[in-house]
Amino acid sequence: MSELHNKEMRQVYVDNLIKYSKLDRRIVVLEADLMNCIGTGKFKEAFPRRFINCGIAESNMIGVAAGLASCGKLPFCSSFTPFATRRCYDQIAVSVGYTKQNVKIVGTDPGIMAQVNGGTHMSFEDVALMTQVPDMIVVEPCDCVCLDKLFPQILKCDKPMYIRLQRKKTPPIYDDNAKIDLFKANTVVDGDSLTIIACGIMVHRAIAASMALKNQGINARVIALHTYKPLDSETILNACRETGAVVVCENHHLIGGLGSEVAALLMQNDVLIPMTRVGIGDRYGEVGKEAYLAEIMHLTEQDIVEKAQQAYKRKLANI
Amino acid sequence: MESNTISTLYKQADLIRKMCIECIATFGVGHIGGSSSIIEFLTALYFKMANIDPNDPKNPDRDRIVLSKGHAAPGLYATLAARGYFDKKLLLTLNQNGTQLPSHADMLKVSGVDFTAGSLGQGISAAVGMAINAIMDRRKYHTFAIVGDGESQEGQVWEALMLAGSRHLHNFTVVIDNNKMQIDGMTADVCKVEPFESKLRAFRFKTYTIDGHDMEAIVDTIEKCKRSRMPTAIILNTIKGKGLKCCEGHYKSHSVNFTPEMFAAECTGGVLK
Repeated sequence: MSELHNKEMRQVYVDNLIKYSKLDRRIVVLEADLMNCIGTGKFKEAFPRRFINCGIAESNMIGVAAGLASCGKLPFCSSFTPFATRRCYDQIAVSVGYTKQNVKIVGTDPGIMAQVNGGTHMSFEDVALMTQVPDMIVVEPCDCVCLDKLFPQILKCDKPMYIRLQRKKTPPIYDDNAKIDLFKANTVVDGDSLTIIACGIMVHRAIAASMALKNQGINARVIALHTYKPLDSETILNACRETGAVVVCENHHLIGGLGSEVAALLMQNDVLIPMTRVGIGDRYGEVGKEAYLAEIMHLTEQDIVEKAQQAYKRKLANI
Repeated sequence: MESNTISTLYKQADLIRKMCIECIATFGVGHIGGSSSIIEFLTALYFKMANIDPNDPKNPDRDRIVLSKGHAAPGLYATLAARGYFDKKLLLTLNQNGTQLPSHADMLKVSGVDFTAGSLGQGISAAVGMAINAIMDRRKYHTFAIVGDGESQEGQVWEALMLAGSRHLHNFTVVIDNNKMQIDGMTADVCKVEPFESKLRAFRFKTYTIDGHDMEAIVDTIEKCKRSRMPTAIILNTIKGKGLKCCEGHYKSHSVNFTPEMFAAECTGGVLK
């Protein structure tokens, strides 16, 4: 197992920032009073002149970052997902998106991972919002190895980007030898009965679900998707054509999320196969631990198993 | 350009105002009020005080000028054209389908525009970012953010000012175009944002309140701001629609329908065609 899995994801993020900032003088880091939560204090120690704490003013942080980017800097701005996105959405759309400024916006604690911060801090809509900004790249690594391998690719990509991160340790998905391309989804479990597409915290649940399904004679292929936009259409379409049924799993609202995008992709390409979705309904968040929230919002391994069984049953009925 | 005297700057401002009116009148409607109120200031900056070069508009050491009140773009475009950033005839395409000159200042389309603005409150934050960049890179350039008094009702303006004051950005000047009017009426009637001086002082700015149409005062004050050791604010007392018989000092001059007859009444002949 990779040693990276012993680290929290925020540590991997900050270690990468520091590592690459030694060579890449463009990198600057902006915070809105969550340095101590996201862990960028280590960056501040290493590069005090390249760190700006904007105070609790996310809209201004995004604008300042855009101004820095217009001068050639590569700003990373971070906050919790709702404050990094919906709080300052017009600033992102106009000052970053419309002006084509290369700003990297990092949102941590996505969806139910806000846990005990509760409903005010839970964004179930951030992926939908950010994919709506033209040219915005939207990424969510599922584990620390994935983030570590994506980081240099993120630096090379000169488009604005939203990066959805967890802060704490993540269940291991990849080992050090994994090949991870920013714009390609990865098949992490092979199978031909149906496809499970999962992102973020849903990947390890999807892998666990695939094992449970195997015991029932259903060989699920699991695709770990880390880039929502641009979507890796090729991998998704191939898997769906080859397996004939699909379940999409996301820690996000069903409305406007990955499942909606995959459904549209399949329809547009005449891949008319049974599809089910695991995600969050039309509701707000609430306080609780991850396991509790996953249960009440139907994001558990068992929810994936049930949705997979439904899709598979429909596939068999259609044959 | 530094040899420009006050009297030549006034003449230049008159010409730019005419270009701006003709540019808007050609399309038939536009933001004339808030463009006219800042023509003298823009003229002083671009023709004397700012370290800029129309032939090298991306020079990393140039002074940055961000028109945060992006709807005054016709005034900025006329100034840039007069200064030689692009062909004056381009002004006649303002807001036409497929134009390079959209209603709100656009950095991707227009040479000389340092940042896109229009969604109010945003340009000033970008300008603060530019000022921070200068300090990070030990560059000597100065950054000016031109903000409307109505625009200052946006909370983001004060977030930006707070950060600039907190970080002692001596290389940053906020310019408030205090024409005292906004779309729905007098600023004081819609939502009081004054007094500016005491607010800005509380935000750690050195403030100067001047007549925004007095070229000598503008030049002197910009000079002081560029030498300042703390963030500076220039509060321009201006007249919305300045120099136009049809709308000077009327809040409805924010965006005006211009007929050819109205244009003829304002100017004796165009300067662009």
